[in-house]
Amino acid sequence: MSIWMIIIVVAYLCVIAYLGFRGFKSTKSATDYMLGGRSVHPYVMAMSYGATFISTSAIVGFGGAAGVFGMGLLWLTVMNILIGIFIAFWIFGGRTRRMGLRLDAHTFPELLGRRFQSKFIQGASAVIIFMFIPLYASAVLTGAVKYISSQLGIDYNAALLMFSVIIAIYVIAGGIKGVMYTDALQGTIMLFGMLALLILTYTKMGGVSAAHQSLTDMTALVPEKLLAGGHQGWTSMPKFGSPLSWTLVSTIIMGVGIGVLAQPQLAVRYMTVKSGKELNRAIPIGGVFIMMMTGVAFIVGALSNVHFQETLGKVSIVAAKGDVEAIIPMYLQSAMPEWFSILFMLTLISAAMSTLSSQFHVMGTSLGRDLVEESMGKKKGGSGILATRIGVLGGILISVYLSYIMELKFGKTGTAIVARGTAIFFGLCACAFLPMYVGALWSRGITKVGAIAGLLSGSLSSMFWICFVEQKAATALLLCNKFFGTRSLAISLVDGKEVFAKTGPIVWAFVDPLIIGLPIAIIVTIVVSLFTKKMTSDHLDKCMGTK
Amino acid sequence: MLGIEDPWVGLAYLLCIISALLCLVWGVFKWNTDDPQQEE
Repeated sequence: MSIWMIIIVVAYLCVIAYLGFRGFKSTKSATDYMLGGRSVHPYVMAMSYGATFISTSAIVGFGGAAGVFGMGLLWLTVMNILIGIFIAFWIFGGRTRRMGLRLDAHTFPELLGRRFQSKFIQGASAVIIFMFIPLYASAVLTGAVKYISSQLGIDYNAALLMFSVIIAIYVIAGGIKGVMYTDALQGTIMLFGMLALLILTYTKMGGVSAAHQSLTDMTALVPEKLLAGGHQGWTSMPKFGSPLSWTLVSTIIMGVGIGVLAQPQLAVRYMTVKSGKELNRAIPIGGVFIMMMTGVAFIVGALSNVHFQETLGKVSIVAAKGDVEAIIPMYLQSAMPEWFSILFMLTLISAAMSTLSSQFHVMGTSLGRDLVEESMGKKKGGSGILATRIGVLGGILISVYLSYIMELKFGKTGTAIVARGTAIFFGLCACAFLPMYVGALWSRGITKVGAIAGLLSGSLSSMFWICFVEQKAATALLLCNKFFGTRSLAISLVDGKEVFAKTGPIVWAFVDPLIIGLPIAIIVTIVVSLFTKKMTSDHLDKCMGTK
Repeated sequence: MLGIEDPWVGLAYLLCIISALLCLVWGVFKWNTDDPQQEE
């Protein structure tokens, strides 16, 4: 570790501490602590939204996945920009902000609960968030701490403790203001880091077209195993209906692309700005930010094949000995100048801290505000921040414990479960919340019972698919193996060989839970709403602003 | 196109740039536009 690296990391942490302190000084009420007083600057909001969305695993994990799948993953970037930013801010953002203000909602579960006049919805949503977001947080935390401990040459457990304590201090003290101010700085660092990575990579490979052409010319070098899965080269989409295409289209593009709309830690961001004007101003900032994050990670990940072929005579996944997550760090180490490693280390630390701080904050508001204060009616006097602060601390302790114990106690199984944390949380949130959330914003016909039925059917069906069918998650969780003696109900053993259940081009074991759970939740929400008591016109007028 | 073999991948590459530009243009034209609905 060089002296420059120490100086830059210390300076970075000092600025983070200052921004956290600023958040603490300007937090006086529950609205300040949970929504930044509903007056956050559009640049801060957009960067906070983007930096929360993009974690270390989005850069290292998905960048590595592009080293395997190729540039077809850029469809996810298109989805991220058009759905995750443009539609999210323009279509969902304005209505969420206005309804949140009319109902005086401070959190995503509170918005849904008050819209449907149901403490159960608020409490159940909070339970889902508080139970599953620690798994997502520990996935981000584990990835970040492994990287930091290897870069700074310190022990994993010491890095885990230090990293968690730093985030805990500014989240507990500064609330959402501390989180969003630091997010804005971290997002800006990420933007410069990824821009430099893109320019250096294209320059090194002789320009845009030359780099892509070199990758296209490598089609004959696709490993046998990937060819069997439907791989057709790194500048081509996988063969339609092949296992690789199902993983690419259903899990990565659809699952993450649509799943982003119902993420509680992102949806709450719409309620932090003063007016619709701020949301419009946040769209260009968010759009460019996301393009520079996932777009660059996917392009560089795919092009790493060219570098490894030229230097080692191997494609990326072979050079990384089968470890997808090692592709980007290996590429940076061998292809980039030394000064860049410091900038990129800050980029990855920023990506992890910005995502984790928002996860910890939403855990705190779910436990403190939604579950203890509102659903269980244990509201105390004062500013209403204490329960949330205790909730944040509880969430951090659970996440850190998971990061510490999973690998230690469960070995590779623990690592595999944590690695699925992000995908599990995205899929579960979309199935549980999205039909109800869309209904809350646009429909006067969705009833309280319909919303509850949709929440339960969406979460239960996606959990069933996660535990027993989708092969990566079901294999990691071991439940299917324990009850049925197979790693997935869609895989059977014939003469000692695995046979995947298929219907036409659909290979069920590779279908994302969202593809199953979301349609079920939508149908149940609509059908139950048709036969149950409508909400009063007065309440709907108040929610929709038509009074 | 741009050295990319599959037109679908080339389209994704272009759409990334176009959608980011769409966001930029939207921001410029809607910079001072507020919600059409009554606000507080």
